[in-house]
Amino acid sequence: MKLLNAATAGTLESGDILIVLDKAPSGKGIEINLKSTVANQFGKRIKQVITETLNKIGVEGVSVDATDKGALDCTIQARVKTAANRAFGITKPTWD
Amino acid sequence: MEKRLRRTMMFVPGNNPSMMCDAHIYGPDSIMFDLEDSVSINEKDAARLLVYHALKTIDYGNVERVVRVNPLNTAYGKLDVQAMVLAGVQVIRMPKTETAEEIVELEEEIERIEKQNNIPVGRTLIMAAIESALGVVNAYKIATASSRMMGIALGAEDYCANLKTHRSRDGAELLLARQTIVVAARAAGIDALDTVFSDLNDMEAFKEDVRFIKQLGFDGKSIINPRQIRPVNEVFTPTAAEIDKAKRIVAALKEAELKGSGVVALNGKMIDKPVVLRAQRVLDFARAVHIVVD
Repeated sequence: MKLLNAATAGTLESGDILIVLDKAPSGKGIEINLKSTVANQFGKRIKQVITETLNKIGVEGVSVDATDKGALDCTIQARVKTAANRAFGITKPTWD
Repeated sequence: MEKRLRRTMMFVPGNNPSMMCDAHIYGPDSIMFDLEDSVSINEKDAARLLVYHALKTIDYGNVERVVRVNPLNTAYGKLDVQAMVLAGVQVIRMPKTETAEEIVELEEEIERIEKQNNIPVGRTLIMAAIESALGVVNAYKIATASSRMMGIALGAEDYCANLKTHRSRDGAELLLARQTIVVAARAAGIDALDTVFSDLNDMEAFKEDVRFIKQLGFDGKSIINPRQIRPVNEVFTPTAAEIDKAKRIVAALKEAELKGSGVVALNGKMIDKPVVLRAQRVLDFARAVHIVVD
């Protein structure tokens, strides 16, 4: 899959997470830059959910700027998928 | 089909994670996640995914999960239905329903998805929102269009626009639609849900509206805020005096049955069958809201 454009999903409202997905400068892997008020407690977990979600879609060579406002895992998954669908032009997502 | 309480059906915008995660805590009987009017065109994809993952993940307990999808003739409708059926939603709410054929088309779409994915056929129920003059005219046909139909609801804002009028405080312009919907629902053996009341600052008028629609025969009301749950429950819950009277009527019925008498009497007065039925319904309702009546 080819990244068509940088894409965003989510908001900065409480309980949400804003995801900005773009081409990774290195062109490889998944680079995550996380800002979160709960980074000390949940930073590792948030990064893990982002990585797993992108792996399931089969996406790499991307950078993710994530600004978390206390989102649950299901919200993180939804926002990451939305950003990836938009960035890669996926119109028929798989449901898992 | 399982009978359940539907006093309050609370609207939750489909692109608001915070409300989506907390909505059930306030204790509505049903939550209606909205993918339609409360979601902008640019966010339809995001809301669909958000509701999908919330339904798959969050334990909403005994609260019924309903999703209002976009109409099937839009670019989003069928994608919404697919995602929600796969997520295991209990009820799909069809907006702006005008004909029975629209329900049949929705049912075919749901059934196709259920069969393709080894989901028990018939698991996903349907309710229809009636929001136009044509929808009101066809209310009974819509209510009986599918064995999956669990209820019909009035959507008053669109209905008033279609009728070339606007909503008034006393709701005179809604009377025919409300009564038609209740009659159609009763004839079809399904539930009738009333429209929303938007002024959160006038709780007295809201309660008056709820008392009125209960008197018309509705099973419950669509609501937009947790603050509206308690007033609706207060109106719909039988009072202690009503329960006491109902218990005496049912006791009189049992006594008559024991005596082998076909006539039920209480305090020297004969009681008709509809009165007994109403009393039994009061007690059933009281039990359903965990009031001890036995």
